[in-house]
Amino acid sequence: MNPEVIRIEGLGKSYQASAGAFPALKAVKLTIRKGEFVAIMGPSGSGKSTFMNILGCLDAPTIGRYEMEGRSVAELDRDELALLRNRTIGFVFQGFNLLPRMTLRDNVALPLIYCGVKKAERQARAETLLVKVGLADKADSLPNQISGGQQQRVAIARALVNRPSLLLADEPTGNLDSHTSLDIMALFETLNHEGITIVLVTHEPDIARHAKRQIHFLDGGIVSDQMTEELTA
Amino acid sequence: MTLAMLGEAWRAMGANKMRTILTMLGMVIGVGAVVLMMAIGQGAQYAIGQTISAMGSNLFVLLSGSSQTGGVRTGSGSALTLTVADADAIAELPGVQASAPIHPGSAQVVYGPNNWNTAIIGSTPAYLDARAWPVVSGAAFTASDVRSATRVALIGQTTAQNLFGDEDPVGRTLRIRQSPFTVLGVLGSKGQGMDGRDQDDSLIIPLTTAQRNVFGTQFPGTVRMVMVQAASQEIMPQVEKSMTELLRQRHRLREGQEADFYLRNLTAVADSAAESTRVMSMLLGAIASVSLLVGGIGIMNIMLVSVTERTREIGIRMAIGARERDILLQFLLEAVIISVVGCFIGLLLGIGGAWLTQLLTDTMVIISGSSVLVAFGVAATVGIFFGYYPAQKAARLNPIEALRYP
Repeated sequence: MNPEVIRIEGLGKSYQASAGAFPALKAVKLTIRKGEFVAIMGPSGSGKSTFMNILGCLDAPTIGRYEMEGRSVAELDRDELALLRNRTIGFVFQGFNLLPRMTLRDNVALPLIYCGVKKAERQARAETLLVKVGLADKADSLPNQISGGQQQRVAIARALVNRPSLLLADEPTGNLDSHTSLDIMALFETLNHEGITIVLVTHEPDIARHAKRQIHFLDGGIVSDQMTEELTA
Repeated sequence: MTLAMLGEAWRAMGANKMRTILTMLGMVIGVGAVVLMMAIGQGAQYAIGQTISAMGSNLFVLLSGSSQTGGVRTGSGSALTLTVADADAIAELPGVQASAPIHPGSAQVVYGPNNWNTAIIGSTPAYLDARAWPVVSGAAFTASDVRSATRVALIGQTTAQNLFGDEDPVGRTLRIRQSPFTVLGVLGSKGQGMDGRDQDDSLIIPLTTAQRNVFGTQFPGTVRMVMVQAASQEIMPQVEKSMTELLRQRHRLREGQEADFYLRNLTAVADSAAESTRVMSMLLGAIASVSLLVGGIGIMNIMLVSVTERTREIGIRMAIGARERDILLQFLLEAVIISVVGCFIGLLLGIGGAWLTQLLTDTMVIISGSSVLVAFGVAATVGIFFGYYPAQKAARLNPIEALRYP
């Protein structure tokens, strides 16, 4: 079996509300191995986005254990977490989140600035990634000059530019039409074939079907965890 | 890394040009005002220093007292109570560098077809020492000229210009009230005195010659005034005291009897002028610094707005791996660039303003390297100081909250 990338045990997250502590996640246990393609599903308020933010080290759990490639995330300080987000994790958002005043090339190269890569190499690597997502000719365009689907491709290129071992995508097709969504999912499948571990959040079964493993969340806990093959069989 | 950051700061500033320019304007005005005010203040200090050193340093003037005849009091110097012997006795006191009896007056001076009315100072060589007045060509007269009352003169620059034009006055003979005088030397230029009079419009002759041949005097051996120079500023109070004691003794004044002479400390007048100039230039600098402070607060204000506006961008940057110090540096750089560029423009404006002031008002201005350095240092400090809080606010943001910012 492939080595573990993510190992989660007894993970809980609660928010302080005026009516007392409100639990968003309760005792989640999950292991994801290298090379997996996981879709996390569930209705609004099921805790899947909170879970995704914790996976991406953007948010911290209230209780429980989260190990990334064997290291306990809770023991890392803010700088080490930043390094983890920079090197190990690539994050793709529903709203693309490109910086509006930068060319696509600069947007893709941005993570490399934070790990001290020289300018020439930053540009070269960004262009390589733009070729990979099929936008080589748009390197000098600004984000508002291209379509939503193209923007999401750029965001994926940015997430991949520092060669992460884990790609996290929070509703990556949520703002896209069905045709473009299929393109994006095809891209994810290609990336997964190349060995990148992918975890994506979605509430559409059609999208989730592209993943190899589907996990359903409800009321802050996992209610089902099945392989896509078993579901379709 | 830092270079990339600089580029980003530049881009962020360019995205909101009007705001950046207006923020910069605060720094421009502040630095410009500081540089201009310091230039004017230093110019004034320099000018007053020139006047003081031209006057001579650590000087006292002794004036003969007033006479009182049947209830009518005449002005000081009218009763000739001071004598040449007094002046000589004062010269012997410890701490006294020079003591020169003076007989002042004015007369019509003639050379060839030219004539000119000028101040005539009858004195001894000690007068030139006390006033620190050099002879720039020819030579000064000596004590023996004073003893034998020779008809020699030292000529001031203005007088020389008016009588001799381009001719060299040394060795020529001019006439004062029909008596011929040989010009021994030309005095250096002193410029305007504290009272605004042209000090170079004068002629110095031996005291005895002035008294016997030019003005005449009823009481030989008496003088209207004596100029005394102390060896240093610190001992001036002691010199003043011992001089007063000596004169009271020599003039046989009883305890409690009114002195028959007046003693004036010229340096005190000059010092108060210098002090008030110094205070004025400090005040100018302080007022100008307030505008620099206001400029700094403007930067802080705009940076706070900028951080709030770009909360989401900060969240994105954090999500892709920016550390706290990366965000801090990014916003700090922006603040420092604004203040340093503003400072540079302000510097040019201040120097230009100072130059214009000198040109239009004839006020002396001095732009010293130190004032330029101070302005630059202050600008960088203001940028860092007022930029730090907003930058830190940005760097401390929680990534997930920043990302959720609308």
